[in-house]
Amino acid sequence: MEHIRTPKVENVHMIDRLTPRKSTAGTLYLSSTHTIFVENSEARKETWVLHSLVYNVERLPTNPSGSPLLIRCKNFHVYRLLIPQEKDCLDVLASLTRLSRPECYGELFCFSFNPNLDKELREKAWGFIDLKAEFSRMGIPSNLWHVTAANHEYRLCETYPSELFVPKSAFPAVIVGSAKFRSRGRLPVLSYFHRDTSASICRSSQPLSGFSARSADDEQMLHAIMKSNPVSELMYVVDTRPKLNAMANRATGKGYENEDHYTNIKLQFVGIENIHVMRSSQQKLVDVGELPAPSMSDFLWGLENSGWLKHIKAVLDAGVFIAKAVAEDGVSVLVHCSDGWDRTAQACSLASVLLDPYYRTIKGLMVLIEKDWVSFGHKFSHRYAHLDGDPKEVSPVMDQFLECVWQLMQQFPCAFEFNERFLIQLHTHIYSCQYGNFIGNCQKERRDLRLQERTHSLWPHLWENRAEYTNPLYRTDHSQTQGVLKPLTTAYCFKFWKGMYGHADKSVASHQSPADCLNAVREESQQLEEELSAHQEVPRETDAGQETCPTEGEENFRGEEEDQQAV
Amino acid sequence: MEFAELIKTPRVDGVVLHRPFMPTVEGTLCLTGHHLILSSRQDNTEELWLLHANIDSIEKRFIGSLGTIIVKCKDLRVIQLDIPGMEECLNIASSIEALSTLDSVSLMYPFFYRPLFEVIEDGWQLFVPEEAFKDLESMTDEWRLSEVNKDFSVCPSYPSLLTVPKDIDDESLCKAASFRHGGRFPVLSYYHKKNGMVMMRAAQPLTGTNGRRCKEDEKLINATLCAGKRGYIIDTRTVAVAQQAKARGGGFEQEANYPQWRRIHKAVERSNVLQESLIKLVEACNDQSHSMDRWLSKLEASNWQSNVKEILTTACLAAQCIDREGASVLVHGTEGTDSTLQVTSLAQIILDPACRTIRGFEVLIEREWLQAGHPFQQRCAQSAYSNGKPRSEAPVFLLFLDCVWQILRQFPCSFQFNENFLIMLFEHAYASQFGTFLGNSVAERLKLLLSQKTVSLWSWVNRPQELERFLNPLYEPNNLVIWPSVAPQSLLLWEGVFLRWNRSSKCLDEANQEMVHIIEYNKELQNKVNSLRRQLAQLETEDGPLQTP
Repeated sequence: MEHIRTPKVENVHMIDRLTPRKSTAGTLYLSSTHTIFVENSEARKETWVLHSLVYNVERLPTNPSGSPLLIRCKNFHVYRLLIPQEKDCLDVLASLTRLSRPECYGELFCFSFNPNLDKELREKAWGFIDLKAEFSRMGIPSNLWHVTAANHEYRLCETYPSELFVPKSAFPAVIVGSAKFRSRGRLPVLSYFHRDTSASICRSSQPLSGFSARSADDEQMLHAIMKSNPVSELMYVVDTRPKLNAMANRATGKGYENEDHYTNIKLQFVGIENIHVMRSSQQKLVDVGELPAPSMSDFLWGLENSGWLKHIKAVLDAGVFIAKAVAEDGVSVLVHCSDGWDRTAQACSLASVLLDPYYRTIKGLMVLIEKDWVSFGHKFSHRYAHLDGDPKEVSPVMDQFLECVWQLMQQFPCAFEFNERFLIQLHTHIYSCQYGNFIGNCQKERRDLRLQERTHSLWPHLWENRAEYTNPLYRTDHSQTQGVLKPLTTAYCFKFWKGMYGHADKSVASHQSPADCLNAVREESQQLEEELSAHQEVPRETDAGQETCPTEGEENFRGEEEDQQAV
Repeated sequence: MEFAELIKTPRVDGVVLHRPFMPTVEGTLCLTGHHLILSSRQDNTEELWLLHANIDSIEKRFIGSLGTIIVKCKDLRVIQLDIPGMEECLNIASSIEALSTLDSVSLMYPFFYRPLFEVIEDGWQLFVPEEAFKDLESMTDEWRLSEVNKDFSVCPSYPSLLTVPKDIDDESLCKAASFRHGGRFPVLSYYHKKNGMVMMRAAQPLTGTNGRRCKEDEKLINATLCAGKRGYIIDTRTVAVAQQAKARGGGFEQEANYPQWRRIHKAVERSNVLQESLIKLVEACNDQSHSMDRWLSKLEASNWQSNVKEILTTACLAAQCIDREGASVLVHGTEGTDSTLQVTSLAQIILDPACRTIRGFEVLIEREWLQAGHPFQQRCAQSAYSNGKPRSEAPVFLLFLDCVWQILRQFPCSFQFNENFLIMLFEHAYASQFGTFLGNSVAERLKLLLSQKTVSLWSWVNRPQELERFLNPLYEPNNLVIWPSVAPQSLLLWEGVFLRWNRSSKCLDEANQEMVHIIEYNKELQNKVNSLRRQLAQLETEDGPLQTP
């Protein structure tokens, strides 16, 4: 509370950018967690903005009607306020600037957020996603893959989960040796096992190969992975970086696998740019959305200039390459980038979405994010600026993954159980710090923060509200739901994601949503089904339903029958 | 003339057909007077029946004695035929070229086509001006139906019956006509029932460089204003273009002579520019090798989406003047047969729920495009693959359909028809077995005896078994004015037309089927429940209330 200089400002106006005349007057409140705007109108409509979702606050020059304040959010919402007194505006600015940049984990909203769950329920909620169960769904452990205790207490790799799945044929010494030869100890381990072909997707960081270094253990580790797919004599190593970047890394003693040193590997670069390029690309895209009254050319030129869709295509192309190798060629793939926690997570998880229908369900996507992102040490708190820190660590890595899934939904409208709203909700919570799931940068950090005792889990909350996130066109027995997705990745298949980036303006919002209409229809159908089955529980009604004009005698007879039943 | 003279080789065996996203078919290629047919003579394999009129251009290539003909169609499809034998290939190519560029309208397929269905409702009678006027009369008595153009001498591109202000006599109309480009004097386009405001359309006034004026023209449009009210003139051209038009005898309404009107200039492109835009767009869509940057820059450079935005913006402006400002509107560009019609017809879709039904939309096309004298035959003579110098070809109608699709996409529950209906109209405007889009005006159509010698598109479309394909399952009649967003991010590329042949539509079709399925299942359940409820009610009245313990 010590950061709030002014808890309440009256006569503030919320301004609609496109139609400034349509501003609404109200009172602005600052709480320790939210900025709240309450309209003066009869309805007392409230707008709540979470401090942790605030990206930045900007004050525009004071004009005769007051001091304008711009609040830009991490979910791309923009609020325009007009505050009558300059002093109040400065106070709000200073308060919000400080409140939106927590300096330590303890200040985060998740530690004060209390949805009134008792201790037992909270613990149960944290068990909602069970990664062991997920591996066993894939058929792991098996006669070729098993869990290793090598990373117990995170002694091998701080940023990996404590339980790792590796080939049975890889001896402990090989595991340790391989970890030593990989950047930050992130050795090759199993991410996804494809039952139909026995091919696997493994992940790691880059090898410490420099210009000539090699490690017999690492070479054996890759060989063991290849051998864990008995039918294949080959294995792909997908380096998700542009080749030039990978080569540059050799000068610092890192780099990529030398094909001559490893038996039967095929190296493939897929050219996803680094986090800095992505950060500036997204900023340019957001700027396009903020252009005042852009022409079509402004918009298309801005879209091109941002490079955003080009990057989205690169990420999806990586996923498509891996999925094809696994499903069509039956070849195992090791995926890495530099550290193996950004591009690697994107590529592995997208390939999994393409390969496995389970990850296209609501629960499945949660499991996938928990596995490929949370447990494998994607640096959520750094990437999504949970704390006031190094701006160079911030990058929309997860945003891109979610967008790739959205682009897939455009091509395969019946293939996903969830809808766009689910993706947007996930995006918001990755930034919001309201739940504990995405706090910290790796499993160890989360354990040390005792998040499971001190915060709540997002997943059960989303699951309870799944009706809101369901795609009406999804049917488990639909052909699109089954098997491997093979999307087209021609440039023209990629669209600007209006639902994510286009809501800086209310007037641009969709007028009618077919999905909402269909959901309403489906809900009604369900009620009708219930009503029908209620009628049909009485045998008389089953028959009567098929007859148009029953004779009087029968009618009476049946009437009696029903009376008896009712008693 | 006999078609046989043009067909040098009527059939070739062993021809291989390649189509994107479809398996290749080997079979016999046959040329008839109006069709290119490829038949595999196997059961269950799809045959290709292509109207020669649908062929926009062809290219031939040879590798040894194997010839290849690339056929580029007006519906934007590109197919490839591999023909063994150089001579056969050359013969086929030159035959197709001759047959697809016949000059005489009366040789077109609609004059030869005999429907295999019974015409229940004659589409040529879909729109009867007298009946439309009766509807208008029930709402207002300020208009009359004039026969001044009954022999098409006052305005050759107008129909014979025109709705004009009651107080303006035919003599004044003739004078006003002589003051407007092509004789297109201001006539009623739309009456807004809600507030009695009207939309009129015309061609540019012939003010010329010395500022000619015409009292009758002024009186004519002033007659549509209520006392003390101002109206809006929406000129679809920029001020600069309108100024330049003066030098060629055209011009715009001077404030001094039309003090009760406020003139607004917009920048809807002229038809020749639109053709260029279409060619560039289709070229960009057909190149699969484009990188993302190149694709977006080519899309931008084609200007197609800008044209969509400009037309929609202008239509919204017209609708806004009428509905929000409560003012009457006069719309014109230069000739009043292209951009003017785009704007007046789109404004009606925004304002009038009736235009969003199938019937209403057909009537709109009949009234605002066919009768209003949009030169379909000239505009649709060639499509995006024409290599010759464009004469008067222009995708004016296609752009209108694209704009309708944009509104449909933003209001998916407010239209009785679906996207397929719009695509079908695009196809038939360019090549058809029906006579509806032949000719350039009512006068030409009468001369060609189209209503006697050809079948109307509407006779076919309005049969229940055909209509089914065009119904929007989400349709809920909506009596409101619908305001589309014209922000660039709200306007999408019309994939159903421009990427139709460049990707498989299987998954999207499945999604549509699923949608239909969900809604039909709901209807089925409703019927069942209703009939059960009825029976229950019946039982209760017959037996007295059921006793519940």
